[in-house]
Amino acid sequence: MRSIDGAVLDLKRLDLLATGDSVIHRLDARAKVLTTLVFIVTVVSFNRYEFTALFPFFIYPVVTASLGNLPGGYIVRKIIMVIPFAFVVGMLNPIFDRELFVRIGPLAITGGWISCASIILRTVLTVGAAFIMVGVTGFLSVCQALERLGTPRTFTVQLLFLYRYIFVLTEEGARASRARELRSCGRKGLGLASFGPLIGHLLIRTWLRAERIHMAMLARGFIGEFHSHQVSGFGWRELFYVAGWSAVFVVLRMENGAQWMGRLVTGVLS
Amino acid sequence: MSHHIVEVKHLQHIYADGTVALQDVSFTIHHGESVAIIGANGAGKSTLLLHLNGYLTAHSGEIRIGDFPLTRKTLPEIRRTVGMVFQDADDQLFMPTVFDDVAFGPFNLGLPVEEVKQRVRDVLEQVGAAHLKFKPPYHLSGGEKKRVAIATVLSMSPDILVMDEPTSGLDPFARRQLMGLLRDFQHTKIFTSHDLDMVVELCPRTIVLHQGTVKADGATLEIFNDDALLAECRLEKPLSMQGCPVCGKGV
Amino acid sequence: MHMADALLSPAVGGTMWGVAAGTIAYSSMKVKKELDDSKVPLMGVLGAFIFAAQMINFTIPATGSSGHLGGGLLLAILLGPYAAFLTIASVLVVQSLFFADGGILALGCNIFNLGFFPAFIAYPFIYRKIAGSRPGRTRLSIAAMIAAVVGLQMGAFSVVLETVSSGISSLPFSTFVVLMQPIHLAIGIVEGLVTATVVSFVAAARPEILRAASESVTLGSLSLRKVLLSFLAASLLIGGIVSWFASENPDGLEWAIAKVTGSEEVTGTDEGVHTMLASLQEKIAFLPDYSFKKDVATASEGEAKVGAVKEDTTGRLGTSVAGGVGALLSLALAFVIGIALRRRQQFA
Repeated sequence: MRSIDGAVLDLKRLDLLATGDSVIHRLDARAKVLTTLVFIVTVVSFNRYEFTALFPFFIYPVVTASLGNLPGGYIVRKIIMVIPFAFVVGMLNPIFDRELFVRIGPLAITGGWISCASIILRTVLTVGAAFIMVGVTGFLSVCQALERLGTPRTFTVQLLFLYRYIFVLTEEGARASRARELRSCGRKGLGLASFGPLIGHLLIRTWLRAERIHMAMLARGFIGEFHSHQVSGFGWRELFYVAGWSAVFVVLRMENGAQWMGRLVTGVLS
Repeated sequence: MSHHIVEVKHLQHIYADGTVALQDVSFTIHHGESVAIIGANGAGKSTLLLHLNGYLTAHSGEIRIGDFPLTRKTLPEIRRTVGMVFQDADDQLFMPTVFDDVAFGPFNLGLPVEEVKQRVRDVLEQVGAAHLKFKPPYHLSGGEKKRVAIATVLSMSPDILVMDEPTSGLDPFARRQLMGLLRDFQHTKIFTSHDLDMVVELCPRTIVLHQGTVKADGATLEIFNDDALLAECRLEKPLSMQGCPVCGKGV
Repeated sequence: MHMADALLSPAVGGTMWGVAAGTIAYSSMKVKKELDDSKVPLMGVLGAFIFAAQMINFTIPATGSSGHLGGGLLLAILLGPYAAFLTIASVLVVQSLFFADGGILALGCNIFNLGFFPAFIAYPFIYRKIAGSRPGRTRLSIAAMIAAVVGLQMGAFSVVLETVSSGISSLPFSTFVVLMQPIHLAIGIVEGLVTATVVSFVAAARPEILRAASESVTLGSLSLRKVLLSFLAASLLIGGIVSWFASENPDGLEWAIAKVTGSEEVTGTDEGVHTMLASLQEKIAFLPDYSFKKDVATASEGEAKVGAVKEDTTGRLGTSVAGGVGALLSLALAFVIGIALRRRQQFA
């Protein structure tokens, strides 16, 4: 279990990355959201025994992260944290799928192991792409992109409000939980008897805060509509970005790039 | 054209649970005045402030802002005239970036985009927060938050500035900065505060609330020299007016 | 019970995206129509509250393990179905983007599984029906418990359906159901207990909050028939699209079904669970050193097929070596390009 403070710091760090300035950061958010979607769909569209053909797809997250100047170690650490979950999910495949898939000399590998490895690889790719997208775009821009791609205003406003107050409320929650911990004299667990009131108090304070925010909104003339001005930035550069990457993904989906490269090399060597 | 007076007559407010928050409050504030409203916890300060821009409605009594009585019809105009800065800046800064937050009010007034941008630039300059324009509020310090919160209100060009506990939670330097900023404003100013030293420095006039009534209304220095009044209203002489605790000499 | 991108096929993920997007659009319209603009900040901070509350763990009674609040039912009780659905969806969006809980493609599934059932089934048709307008403590607890259990059972079953029809996991349908449902029965009971505790606390300390919540909820337009009909329509749509994809693509649903029946045959020929369990360890070993049933079975059917199998595996061997080498190479190439780009950026 991650600590509350740790999670908030992590969130802030990813959020701060998006304030950077690079070729990728300057692209319209819609281009990055769409490209990431195409990427994820292509990656998961492979059949479950595909393993090697997934490797060439690393080109996308690696290039984006490099152009966006994201700290590689940080992104890798974030992805590694997710791998155990992927392993738990894929672990059952070797048990249920015991058919021989490939034999390399004395080695016989079952389909289950291949598909398990494939699941882990898919996780690394899709999770990595999502983190990197947030890191080079920022939540605010992602929301604006979603809105301009047709998401209802009510929902994007909700996303922005939620995101804004995560920082306030997680701190409040962390304070309450720390105060309880300090008075529980080393006993570890938090029983339901004290959890209920703790969360209840937090809920009531949250409610009162919502009322104050509403007051602050009314005081500044809020009448139920959110106004925003956005400059359209979807130009040729963005079109080229989306189309270019999509073309790469489609080619890599049709042709096993790893296979091709491997043949080239083994062919040259023999 | 009025002199932008705030006029409160026999204001009474009773909460839903039966608590009488304001019993009978009357006062008049003139254009350009800087007035402090002080009192113990629960004296009714916040309730009073919430009436001034119509968030709460009076059970009886009347409020006039400028030329208008406060009614449902005049509410939008009055909310523009009375700029209210809340105690907790986190309640006031709800938009994703400083720019959006400062622009929130002007957009609601229906101003064109260019005009809004100009206003945002101007008021951020005025409060010394121009460099924070594109930052999200959760990356700001307490003092920065407070200044931006003031900017969000100034951008609506209010005539009257109402602030609830402006200096609470600020470090000494940020407090000093903020007080300098407030001193420069030409608006009619109404503050509530427990920071009595700030009151001495910024407000020539003070209104003392006690249990929902006006206990005193007059020159700040006179009020703070009335020991019996202060004791009755659970207040204390500001530190700057007390004798020196080390050498024992008076001011 | 977050679904993960890695377990989804594009057909299932895409369809569920469509369903979730439609429900979000409809709920947004409904919330906007309510014309209660105080709900705007309330939904936002309550979403953030759920986020914060999920990070505080409590000890599950009678066990040593710890759990946390899910919050779907609690939100529905406080906000009503439409606003609650939007709030849950927004929490899931942030979790998928910042904490990789689930994933972007799986977002549609997760919003549906964790949002639709508590907000549109468990709350209006179970919780409200049992609890009535002003429930006592016991009644409230029972209502919350049953509603939470039903909501989570439906959500868990939905996870099973989505996973099996995607065909990436080899887990047979029956095994998966037997695994998921009891676990979520336990989770549901705990969720119900926690929801009831929090709601009773608020009811005692600030009754006006709950009163405001239950009054602002307009259930008039939400009839069971309407919900069930639209649910049926959605399932038909999902079923249609998924099976169409499955017939186009043998790795999909049919493949999964064939797999399920196939593994049953295996236990049959092995004469009982006993032998299966005995050889389980051997079988999940990375390098099993016995010849596979497939080879034995096909061998008895004739020379030609043996040849085919042999060719098949040796053919795979050839492609595998090249593939493996190429995979490593492409990975290395990607990182070399990355480092080069980084260098160039730094000098630029």
